[in-house]
Amino acid sequence: MKISISKIIIFSFTIFFLSVFWQGLKKNNNYDTKSLIGSRITSFQIKEINNNDQYISEVDLKKNKFTLINFFASWCAPCRAEHKYLLNLSNKNKEIEIIGINFKDKKSNANNFLSELGNPYNFVGKDMNGKISILFGVYGIPESILVNSDLIVIKKIVGPIDKDQYNEILQLAQ
Amino acid sequence: MKIKISFLIIYVLITTTAYSSEGQNRLLEVYKNLRCLVCQGQSIADSNSDFAVTIKLVVEDQFKEGKTEDEIYKFLMSKYGEWIIYQPAFNKNNFLLWILPYAVLIFGGFIIFLVVRKTKHNKVN
Repeated sequence: MKISISKIIIFSFTIFFLSVFWQGLKKNNNYDTKSLIGSRITSFQIKEINNNDQYISEVDLKKNKFTLINFFASWCAPCRAEHKYLLNLSNKNKEIEIIGINFKDKKSNANNFLSELGNPYNFVGKDMNGKISILFGVYGIPESILVNSDLIVIKKIVGPIDKDQYNEILQLAQ
Repeated sequence: MKIKISFLIIYVLITTTAYSSEGQNRLLEVYKNLRCLVCQGQSIADSNSDFAVTIKLVVEDQFKEGKTEDEIYKFLMSKYGEWIIYQPAFNKNNFLLWILPYAVLIFGGFIIFLVVRKTKHNKVN
């Protein structure tokens, strides 16, 4: 049986395009945090929620063995769900300093939220217009970023921390 | 004198309006080339989501600081990956996507040329 070259070429192209589309469909580009893992966090300065004269910057984070930066808000329901894990982390692991960044929230509501559920944070900063969140590559809240003393991102959690992620944070921060 | 002052005011108004609208257009072009990562098929320009609103604020700030479009894209890519840009840069991972349309065009032209030549040849024979 004679098979023409053009048929082979058309068949090869079809297979090639189908495999490209198949690979494209398989790849999940939503909430892709790969670009941040292993990278160094950029310089920042965040004001304390109740005291405008008090700041935290990347220099302060270098003093900690590990820092978990958690973006939260009182209006965010999943933030309530993950709060128990943050409280557990602050009680169980003294190697991790937890920084809370209150995202697009009212100061009074944020303070009520922490009074009601407990305060796991060593520092609570404010990000009233959300600009700081972009520095950390945040999509929405809640979101948490674990960095080491070299300010390298070792874990980024998009969405609320669950039991598995809580255990993973404990393992990473040993 | 009054006429001169009136002309001066009109001139200043026209130039400032033109300048600000040019700036707005540049901003809009950048917004259009940025993907809203939490929306379904919308650009930052189209979306009013929290994420899009914040990105617009950051881009506007960086424009005011005098950063170029490339610098802004690089900054956002460092935070969210290349997916945030609608028109990705040419690199080793995507060079096939850039080259393939031209390669197909040339190859298609070559096939058409061969077919036409063959048809002519058959007719002559």
